[in-house]
Amino acid sequence: MLLRINGEPARAGARNLAELIEALGHDPRAVATARNGRFVPASARAQEPLAEGDEIEIVSPRQGG
Amino acid sequence: MTRAPHAGPEPAPEPQDDAGGPIFYGRRMRSALMLGTAGYPSPAALAEAARAARPAAVTVSLRREDAGARAGAAFWELVRGLGAPVLPNTAGCFTAREAVTTAQMARELFGTDWIKLEVIGRADTLAPDPFGLVEAARILCAEGFRVFPYATEDAVLAERLLEAGCQVLMPWGAPIGAGLGLANPHGLRALRRCFPDVPMVIDAGLGLPSHAAAALEMGFDAVLVNTAVARAADPARMARAFARAVEAGALGRAAGPIPPRETATPSTPVAGRPFS
Repeated sequence: MLLRINGEPARAGARNLAELIEALGHDPRAVATARNGRFVPASARAQEPLAEGDEIEIVSPRQGG
Repeated sequence: MTRAPHAGPEPAPEPQDDAGGPIFYGRRMRSALMLGTAGYPSPAALAEAARAARPAAVTVSLRREDAGARAGAAFWELVRGLGAPVLPNTAGCFTAREAVTTAQMARELFGTDWIKLEVIGRADTLAPDPFGLVEAARILCAEGFRVFPYATEDAVLAERLLEAGCQVLMPWGAPIGAGLGLANPHGLRALRRCFPDVPMVIDAGLGLPSHAAAALEMGFDAVLVNTAVARAADPARMARAFARAVEAGALGRAAGPIPPRETATPSTPVAGRPFS
């Protein structure tokens, strides 16, 4: 399945967002996620299926003004 | 007790309302200075500047995390060590939808419903998009966020943001990073007059401590600075200067400044002038 993860094309075999976060090696509590522009809370990632062409955002705290 | 004639007057008692900073969403801030966390020469320089500033809050953002990286965790640990409340922003969002999703992600990660709402309308001036801003503010306020909207000095926009549920406004001083200070003092004064009871933070565009003092003298409740401190040759010293500037500005405002006049008026009594 071809996804776009943080703007880059990426192949993934994960069935849902929780599996994807784990497969990518993220600490699930240290990142926030969105699928196709919509926020997916950490508690809902396991119920969030992935589909071909999905745009996934995975973010964490950074410096800001 | 008799005082020597050359001694100065007794200091006036500190007015009670000078104690502490402004109140945002029911929470009393410890100062009138808010500090951005971006662009410092090093994490240590940020920590030192934050210690010197004793800011009411520090702003933070969300950015993409690379697979397997731990950049976010390291930064978050540093920020938590600063001991100031965190105000996440939606910097870089160009639509209401992006800003809303970013705010929702920020609430989960930072554990706060405070959000500095930025919806940018132009990439060159980084001017707020007033239409997207109001749209996003309405959605976020309805979802229980405490919204700090990055806005202009436009009073109609302010009115719409207040209607949307915002209880704090953040009018710009000048474009982000410009360092110009209060580019439209007449417009800002008019905004302050239109909504005398709404807490307002001058956000963006300040370069000098005197700009911050002027904002407080004008009746604004706080300022948010980032570039002016982070890019100064000595960020910690500049942070200290801004901290004193907002204090001076707030004191000056509370002390009741004299009205300016265009003609001279003697300060020394005229009566009893010798040789007259």
